[in-house]
Amino acid sequence: MSILLTPKTQVQCYHCGNDCKDEDILSDDKHFCCSGCLTVYDILKDNQLCGYYDLNQNAGVSLKAKNFNGKFDYLSEKSVETELLAYQSPTQNKVLLHIPSIHCSSCVWLLENFHKILEGVISARLNFVKKELSLSYNPLETSLKEIVELLATLGYEPQINLEGSTKKSKLDPETKRLLFKIGVVGFCAGNIMLMSFPEYFKFNLENQSDATYQRFFLYFNFLLSLPVFFFGASDYLKGAYYSIVENLKKNSDILSVDIPIALGITALFIRSTYETLVNHSAGYWDSMAGLVLFLLVGKWVQQVTFNYLSFDRSYKSYFPLAVKVKNQDKQYKNVKDLNKGDEVVIHHQELIPADSILLEGNALVDYSFVTGETKPVRKSKGDFLYAGGRQMADKIELLVQKPVSTSYLTQLWNNDSFLKEKRIPTTELANAFSKYFTYLTFLIAAIVGVYWYFNDASLVWTTVTAVLMVACPCALTLSMPFTMNTTMSIFGRNKFYVKNQGVIQLLTEADTIVFDKTGTLTESNSGQVRYMGVPMTTYEKSVVFSLVSQSLHPLSKLVAGHLGNGEAVNVEFFKDIKGNGIEAFVDGKPVRIGRIGFVKNSAENQQDTEVHVSIDNQYLGYYTIEPVFRSNWKALLNKLSETFSLHLISGDIDKMKTKLQPLFGDNMRFDQTPQEKLDYIKELEKKGHNVVMIGDGLNDAGALRQSKVGIALSEDIQAFSPSCDAILDANNFEKLGDYVKFSKTSLNIVKLSFLLSVVYNIMGIGWAASGVLSPVVAAIFMPLSTLSVVFFSVGVTILVAKFRKLR
Amino acid sequence: MEVIIALVILAILVAGGFLVAFFWATNDGQFEDTFSPSVRILIENETKQDKKH
Repeated sequence: MSILLTPKTQVQCYHCGNDCKDEDILSDDKHFCCSGCLTVYDILKDNQLCGYYDLNQNAGVSLKAKNFNGKFDYLSEKSVETELLAYQSPTQNKVLLHIPSIHCSSCVWLLENFHKILEGVISARLNFVKKELSLSYNPLETSLKEIVELLATLGYEPQINLEGSTKKSKLDPETKRLLFKIGVVGFCAGNIMLMSFPEYFKFNLENQSDATYQRFFLYFNFLLSLPVFFFGASDYLKGAYYSIVENLKKNSDILSVDIPIALGITALFIRSTYETLVNHSAGYWDSMAGLVLFLLVGKWVQQVTFNYLSFDRSYKSYFPLAVKVKNQDKQYKNVKDLNKGDEVVIHHQELIPADSILLEGNALVDYSFVTGETKPVRKSKGDFLYAGGRQMADKIELLVQKPVSTSYLTQLWNNDSFLKEKRIPTTELANAFSKYFTYLTFLIAAIVGVYWYFNDASLVWTTVTAVLMVACPCALTLSMPFTMNTTMSIFGRNKFYVKNQGVIQLLTEADTIVFDKTGTLTESNSGQVRYMGVPMTTYEKSVVFSLVSQSLHPLSKLVAGHLGNGEAVNVEFFKDIKGNGIEAFVDGKPVRIGRIGFVKNSAENQQDTEVHVSIDNQYLGYYTIEPVFRSNWKALLNKLSETFSLHLISGDIDKMKTKLQPLFGDNMRFDQTPQEKLDYIKELEKKGHNVVMIGDGLNDAGALRQSKVGIALSEDIQAFSPSCDAILDANNFEKLGDYVKFSKTSLNIVKLSFLLSVVYNIMGIGWAASGVLSPVVAAIFMPLSTLSVVFFSVGVTILVAKFRKLR
Repeated sequence: MEVIIALVILAILVAGGFLVAFFWATNDGQFEDTFSPSVRILIENETKQDKKH
């Protein structure tokens, strides 16, 4: 075996690829960062599935600090299991599980070999794009609980929540219809183009066989073009019809961009039919089929989204599926069936599922995700607890007061802004353009008609139809979806996922940005304990654990919960000194845990939320629950304040006000409820501002919904984020300004390509008006102009992105 | 030379067959996951034979 040249501190875990910083377990000459990773390796080795590591190096998911003990016990409850199953029979059950951590080909390989690991699993099939695993298993040999537990152990924890129990649909029918249309029109367009060739090479109509062929190809094209016009272009024709009706009824004065398009297509169809049936000469069939094909492809590009991300989550996907109940004959109950009077048991780190009264135990509830309040709240017996908080201390028992759907937190979802659909611009820009465009086209057609009427009346019909045909704004409608699609995928590569193309457009209109504080400007696991200082050994951790677990102080409880457990150590002379900390002798060595002044025996001052540790008179470091601001947050805000007015709404108390004052001035609100946040956005919008809201938690859900663009910031894009228009990976928070700037650039690129297509139109109309637009010229000119506009917009977008150093 | 007309019609019918195949594939969900089949092909069935669903 070769000698490892890298220093020991940089050894990578064989399973997950993380640095083995705290621990380094050696097994089979391979390093592992934690026992969880080693367990997975052992399971795979026992089942001869080490090919997992051959496909991708360090393919595994880190299992550090994960503890699944008893977490999935509720799945053994029959009613809960039945709810999750897609199909049930005595010998075979089927279930569809959503597994967010699927990320590479090794995952596919392992999960589809799942039947080799667990006896009783019949087959497993993975949809990588949607990250869904469909499993069928024999309920006599294994159970859902066993399957889920093993999946979690392997690092593929399925997401099971209140929302997940409702089955998702397949491809939506509208997309499917569009795909069918593209298939049909593509088929017809290809054949029409081929059949048109003979005509372009000039038939000798004197010749009997040439004349037969000419007729044959002509009528063949006519037949093929019928589905193109009546099926493929039906949306445009209908859209134009409705828009005209609306205008006649004076309901709207917008001329939809469908009108000039439908006009162009209809002109092509009528003129070509006339040429075919009356003149028996070539029509513009290939131009028409190509045009409709391009338009449909553009439409398809427009609706491409990140379909593995979920933008429309409600509180339902935050709550667990089932909870342990006490006063029932069964052990677990579905959360949505909870009623007043049910007694539920909540363990450490579990969510409170419904508004309830504390019956038993000490509650230390972290509401940071729900309200934005960073400090965990202490509650004692008889207190009222709101749903959504996370229990940080030990086991508690609660008496449910209200069902989940009517709880204080979920009331927010009954607000108006959740009921109505958000306005998403799709063709607004093109529509604004189309108004002038349509009138101008008619004007030119009329002038051309009048001119030829007085000069050569035989050319009126041909020139007028040619003008209408060539003026069809196909390139115009295509540049928008293609540019925005490119922008979207550039954003996606930079971990900024927008819901659809309209969001990019809305982003360019923004003039005000509202930030949430907790979890947005600060890092989101702020309610959680973080250790700063000299790394501790397992023994030292056990020492700290043994002491803090005996103290009743809320901070001690938090630290104990963070450490989880520890080995048994010998504690003597345990002393809980009020207002200072704990002092004891462990294995003969003095240990102090608490305020810095007490631990270091000095007069230093500290924040309320720090727990310092010294062992054997050696100061080690401290635990803190102080929220930490994101890196470069100040630089970002300074940059944004040049072009936007910045606001801050926080559910937290105002203890950081002085730090934020220089950046936000007076535009700060603290202690805001979710409803107040929503109202604040509404107020800003009433003043005429276009608001972008950036938040992360359930408490921002209302504000995110109400604002023009709601951006959810997320540490893990697969994990829960409230319903929003875009998801931004928290690591790229500092690039937010670049994204907003780039969306403006793409809109300018679209406008530029509008200009280009106008130039083409002027050229085309020139030809058409002078009566020289033959079918061959149209067949070359029309697709070429369209393609060049598309290439221009996509190319420029990519170039600018490169120049701006966006990957 | 009229054979060309027959050939063209035949060619359209063949191509039409593929069009129907495309519809069938879309309906069947072939285009819903384009990644995992490329990995699935590499999985060797050395121990148990997979059951066809």
